[in-house]
Amino acid sequence: MPEELNVVGRSVVRSDGVGHVTGRTRFAGDLVFPGMLHLKMVRSPLHHARIRGVDLGEAERVPGFVRALTWRDVPHNVYTILSLIGVEPEEEFVLAQDRVRYKGEPIVAVVAESEAAALEAVAKVRLDLEELPAVFDVEEALRPDAPVVTDWGNNTFMFEGHPSRRVRFGDVEAGFARSDHIVEAVYNSSPIEQAPTETTGCVAVPEANGRYTVYTNTQALYFSLDNTAIILQVPGKRLHFVGGTVGGGFGGKVDVIVEPIATLAAMKTGRPVRYVFSRSEEMQVSSTRSAWRIYMKDGVTRDGHILARKVTSYADSGAYSRQTPYALTKHAANAAGPYAIPNVSIDAYCVYTNRTPASAMRGFGVTMASFALEVQMDRIAERVGVDPWTIRFINAYHNGDRKPHRKIAEDATLIETMQAAAAFVGHELTDEQKAMTSAPRASLEGVR
Amino acid sequence: MASVIVNFELCGRDVEVLVQPMATLQSVLRNQLGHTATKEGCRQGGCGSCTVLVDGEPMLSCLLPVEDVAGRRVTTLEGITPIDGLDPIQEAFLESNGFQCGYCTPGMVMVTRALLDHDPQPGREAIVEAISGNLCRCTGYQPIIDAIEKAADRLSGSGEQTGER
Amino acid sequence: MAKLRGTGIAAVNYPTGMNLGGDPSQALIHATTSGSFVVSLSSSDLGQGLRTVIGQIAAETLGVAADEIVIDTADTDTGPHCMGTFASRATHRVGNAVRAAALEARAALLDVAAEELGACAEEIVTDGHGNLLVAGDPRRCIPIAEMASKAQFTYGRTIAGRGSYMKPKSPVDPETGAMDPDSTEAHACTVAEVEVDTETGQVAVLSIRSAYEVGRQVNPALVRGQIVGGAFMGMAHALYETTEPYYPSVEHKPKDFSEYVLPGPAELPEIDAVVLEIPSSTGPYGVKGVGEMTANSPIPAIVNAIYHACGVRVDDLPVTPEKILRGLEAR
Repeated sequence: MPEELNVVGRSVVRSDGVGHVTGRTRFAGDLVFPGMLHLKMVRSPLHHARIRGVDLGEAERVPGFVRALTWRDVPHNVYTILSLIGVEPEEEFVLAQDRVRYKGEPIVAVVAESEAAALEAVAKVRLDLEELPAVFDVEEALRPDAPVVTDWGNNTFMFEGHPSRRVRFGDVEAGFARSDHIVEAVYNSSPIEQAPTETTGCVAVPEANGRYTVYTNTQALYFSLDNTAIILQVPGKRLHFVGGTVGGGFGGKVDVIVEPIATLAAMKTGRPVRYVFSRSEEMQVSSTRSAWRIYMKDGVTRDGHILARKVTSYADSGAYSRQTPYALTKHAANAAGPYAIPNVSIDAYCVYTNRTPASAMRGFGVTMASFALEVQMDRIAERVGVDPWTIRFINAYHNGDRKPHRKIAEDATLIETMQAAAAFVGHELTDEQKAMTSAPRASLEGVR
Repeated sequence: MASVIVNFELCGRDVEVLVQPMATLQSVLRNQLGHTATKEGCRQGGCGSCTVLVDGEPMLSCLLPVEDVAGRRVTTLEGITPIDGLDPIQEAFLESNGFQCGYCTPGMVMVTRALLDHDPQPGREAIVEAISGNLCRCTGYQPIIDAIEKAADRLSGSGEQTGER
Repeated sequence: MAKLRGTGIAAVNYPTGMNLGGDPSQALIHATTSGSFVVSLSSSDLGQGLRTVIGQIAAETLGVAADEIVIDTADTDTGPHCMGTFASRATHRVGNAVRAAALEARAALLDVAAEELGACAEEIVTDGHGNLLVAGDPRRCIPIAEMASKAQFTYGRTIAGRGSYMKPKSPVDPETGAMDPDSTEAHACTVAEVEVDTETGQVAVLSIRSAYEVGRQVNPALVRGQIVGGAFMGMAHALYETTEPYYPSVEHKPKDFSEYVLPGPAELPEIDAVVLEIPSSTGPYGVKGVGEMTANSPIPAIVNAIYHACGVRVDDLPVTPEKILRGLEAR
């Protein structure tokens, strides 16, 4: 692109910077409205339980208590956040109905005149729960005798008729048979929290014209509005969402958790309602990055060419799927890595357990794929007897290569990026490595 | 419990507030006095986003009952921000991109103010020590440390001149 | 007992945008009476600097300075639809939308300037410094601010533009996984240096140095912000963070920052990077995107460096001192 650029490419000072350094930037949780009520949630103390009863009697007598909301108040209580892009089935409960499937699952929303009153009333809601056996491990959850988290008899999310997101490219078994080395390992990660400094939250305000303005720190304003409209069964035009300023997201503010219930509370009380997560709710109840378990098996020639890669990945989605199925599709597309591998088989499973639901986090499905396969590359290098740089140059993908998901690579620059890194840290590459480019290969010989 | 009246000095002005006993300074500043630059990242003393100065010392306002500041001098970020333009510390944060989302920034600026008041030319270790109770999830701290070094240089007159100031 | 040093590398790619597409973003632009431009969006700035970067793209396309752009976001009553700020999509998707809107507004501006300057619209160019002029005849010129004002008060015209960008949704073949899972791919290669204390199992990361290829950088300082912040977060993921320290056990789930362990400024390693710019054909001005990926390559680079340092391969994140010590004991 030879055009001369005047503004793009320059380190222009942040246009919102003065607001940030003076503290004048308004975050959703900074807003105070006359008559504003506070919403706090009664949550399951158990990982898995049948709800036999909920007694609000004592809570209702707390001074300042305004009202409680249960599942009966939610017009469309069972939803799926990705239904907007066609993901099925609807499976998550806005407020738990007859069963709780993770510790911290919301059961009753309490709205009160003050935060203290709301917390006191929450503490006085009596739950009658019958504890059920729970499952916490992705592979245990797939066994036939495992406790069942979902309503459909097993703990598997179905991808268009398959229990996993599959990639099938070439013939992995034939590739393994032709290989000199088989390198196998299993990679695990525990769940982690996005931990933005500003917790998830919103304020829903009834307007004179019958609409509701919702001030929110969502990462996706219309996505939140559209899901709220579905859950509350109101036309989108009655909702007005205002945001755009987020105190850190990292994927943690893509779920639509606070807005529907705060808006419902505003509708039921006619007053502004503030629902902002406490830090412990942010840490314990808001979505995590899922735990992953990734089995990786590679067939490699003695000169270091990877002939076949088989990946079986399990993402621990927790009690509901939220964004995890989509993350698994992204994972499956990337689990072979930036390498040209002629035979690839990938199965990526979205597994339900009685854990806090996982969802989006920075690197969505790819971070743990990159972790597993880049540690695996070092294992391969060691087995073959070459250095970690060399194994990557040998297998790096080029433009024109067909990737396992069938797309032809168009903007591969792995080789150039590795060359730049080597130069930057003073690692001396071989002349051959220095001369390589990501340009299309002269013949298909290169990808075997 | 009966509410109590508490008097203190806020950013150079006497204020009187009617509060529930044990109300935190943070909640009074944010909800009664409109000083929302004082953030609430955790309300557990774990993130530093609510840092204010009490008699010039950095304090976590989320852990401080407002009765404890009776008769004392409280300074929030609103108090060190000039009506026009920026304080040199704020200017350094802006130029160094010593923030991303901006949520930890008020706390960072306040601990920097306290640090530079006590130690106008802190070394890197002193800077790290000063901000070690303040959590930033975005920047990786390097740009914040850069900003504080720049502010120290400016305020002690040893640094580059901005030309505008 | 010793402190052992090691180096590790990792090389990664990262796809931009919702991987299957079908994720539109839109922008509207109009000129004010004083000749500045308002860009209306419903996109969220998470702190990465979306407002600034989108403003730069609008300014570049319109031929004005960055501070002539006012970004109005996010409000569903005034801003058109945006799928959201995630998937490293904002600079690419919203940037494309705002460039399209700015091109439409620019065409309206050139039209009226042609009338004012007595030329045809094809002859009018911008000089990148806020002026419209007739190509080859720079004496026939008018500041954009003045022209925008005149467009309204003399010619009764709007200077406005609409823009949208969407990569069409790709289906996935459920049998083979055939799909189109990216709009463009950015790349990174990270070299990490660590020191492992074999007595305590503690890992100190000494440096994280990387090369990034992210297409065109709209704002290099903000790209660097992502790189430094992302490297630090990657280090946190590699060595510290967990909500279930003994997964699959659900015990010891942290509830605050004292229990959810994060590194602080005292653990900050040297973080540095070099950035290659190989423009993408799909992004505005060649943008690829840099948001998420900066936290990815540091993780395996650090884990590989630990193995290089002490011979312990931990395949289980996070790599805690306990796991290192158990690994050392098992050797």
